Amino acid sequence: MKLSTKVTSAAIAAGLAFSVSAQAEELRLLTWGGYAPQQVVDMFEKETGIEVKVTLSNNEDMISKLRATRGAGFDLAQPSQDRVASAQQEFRIYKPIDISKLDQSLYIQSMLKSTQESTSVNGKPYGVPHVWGTSGLIANTASGKTQYSFADLCSDDYKGKVSYRLKRPTLIAFAFDMGEDPFAAYGDPAKYEQILEKVQDRLISCKDNVKAYWSGGDALINLLRSGEVTLAMGWDAGGWKLNKEDKDINFVAPKSGALGWIDTFVLPAKGKNDDAAYKWINFVNRPEIAALITASAGQFTASAGADAFVEEGLSKSYKASFNQAALDNIKWYPPVPAGLETIEGKVLDRIKAAQ
Amino acid sequence: MRTLTGKRLALFLLLTPLLLYLFLLILLPHLEILNISLRERVSYGVYKFSLASYQEFFSEPLYWLTFLRTAVMSVLTTGITLVIAFPVAWYIAKVARGRSKSVLFLACLIPFWVSELVRTYGWMILLRETGIVSNLLQFIGVVDGPVELLYNDVTVMVGLVYTSMLFMVVPLVSTLEGLDDSMVEAAYDLGGNGWNALKEVVIPYAMPGIVSGCIVVFMLTLGNYLTPTLLGGKDSLWFTEQIFTQFITRFNWEQGSAFGILLLTLSSLMVWLGLKLSRQSFSETVGR
Repeated sequence: MKLSTKVTSAAIAAGLAFSVSAQAEELRLLTWGGYAPQQVVDMFEKETGIEVKVTLSNNEDMISKLRATRGAGFDLAQPSQDRVASAQQEFRIYKPIDISKLDQSLYIQSMLKSTQESTSVNGKPYGVPHVWGTSGLIANTASGKTQYSFADLCSDDYKGKVSYRLKRPTLIAFAFDMGEDPFAAYGDPAKYEQILEKVQDRLISCKDNVKAYWSGGDALINLLRSGEVTLAMGWDAGGWKLNKEDKDINFVAPKSGALGWIDTFVLPAKGKNDDAAYKWINFVNRPEIAALITASAGQFTASAGADAFVEEGLSKSYKASFNQAALDNIKWYPPVPAGLETIEGKVLDRIKAAQ
Repeated sequence: MRTLTGKRLALFLLLTPLLLYLFLLILLPHLEILNISLRERVSYGVYKFSLASYQEFFSEPLYWLTFLRTAVMSVLTTGITLVIAFPVAWYIAKVARGRSKSVLFLACLIPFWVSELVRTYGWMILLRETGIVSNLLQFIGVVDGPVELLYNDVTVMVGLVYTSMLFMVVPLVSTLEGLDDSMVEAAYDLGGNGWNALKEVVIPYAMPGIVSGCIVVFMLTLGNYLTPTLLGGKDSLWFTEQIFTQFITRFNWEQGSAFGILLLTLSSLMVWLGLKLSRQSFSETVGR
């Protein structure tokens, strides 16, 4: 064979290989850490032949990423339900969900319905529930204290041993603790600002209590594990993870109620593979798959039958954190109207800047 | 129009990548940022022209105080880096010979083979309350309980100086190497002492290197994000952090862009002022 034919055939072979790989279906998923464990990704690929490309993110980052590309680059994203409607109204980065393509029997019905309502824009639903959880307190309970409130973060008992996130959940939590109802004030920016200013003064006055503001779940777990922090505001999953290692540390629902959030599935406006997206949504809500995600994220899902598959240790920690009263007392985030973030942003900046 | 001759065409072709880079990746994004910074959100997806974002910077003390703090700490960092780097550069350029010279230079360079993030986490492991330094101090008996060395301005400063060292040492070494030893000898011959020689001969000669090193370090420190955020903890307040939060967590691109433009303008102004005060020109120092 002459050299030129060799080169040509090699080029053809390379071209073929390229076109084959370009044809393999893929699903570009923008999600949170732990929501798409490798095991589940592999099982999905084996069953459907679709390759899942996972990008880890958080609420603000997801919206910012999709806003920058006007909804391109991903086929499926997972923002929290209270952040879907306003982002859609403001930036038009999602497309409506076709409910008929979902296997609705797999869901906890009340959660499916409330998520659809809270993520609706112009009568069309944009979100399906997936994983839910709460923010509350993670405490070292060795002292024997049983009743906790968010105000304890400001108490002298924990001077220099406290950590929380300098983000909106902290503001909301303190507002509830001070007897206000920030959710009711969502529609009234002036009232909301007033409430937040009270929270701001409170948080500045007890800033000395704070060891560090945490920004990622792992950073918080490290602070608690090393004992540098003994009381923190954080997610339930983090508390339960620590509870496995050290039975003194656990998640506690505070007196004013834990703050409940639901992370959803949404379709980015310029997603290229909606079919694969629906397949993934239906796949991960099967009870046995949902239980695998619960095991990896430490967080419970909207899948109805998954409880039966959840490992014993986790459900024990869960029961220690939530009795029926604490469950009923969970404050679920209503959709955030656009514009509040600016008010919150300034308050957070002022707290951060205070010496 | 005249047709391009071969030489000119070659020049244009050679310049094309640079021009494309400057235009597409530097100029165009900045114009877009300027454009975004000059508008204000009215309602969902509706914007109008406004200077509100710039007004916000000057009317809200929080923002310009943050900028001031960032600028002052950057100047301080630049000064400290210069004081530490000058003797090092002098030793490398003038005292060390042959092999030890390149070894010393390499020693300055090696820390920069790992990324800034890893280096900063290295500092965190050393300085945290349950970290190595704290444990060592307790072991020797200097302190009774664990000490927290992270999350204060001094730590931020240490981290920033450490990160900037190389960028000061390199320009200093290259200028000092050109200094003829006989000039220093002449200073002594004329009855001067060590201080006179340094002040009248070495520093004026090294001025272009000092200024270009200072400009680079100042700009890098002012634009640094990781080190102040990670080492500063709850009290860290850095202007770039403000820009980041405006863009990413507040979705307020208008404000973030305005801050970006202000950072660019104000820092350029400070560099210009520095050049005026040291009576150097930009082309003489950085252009060399």
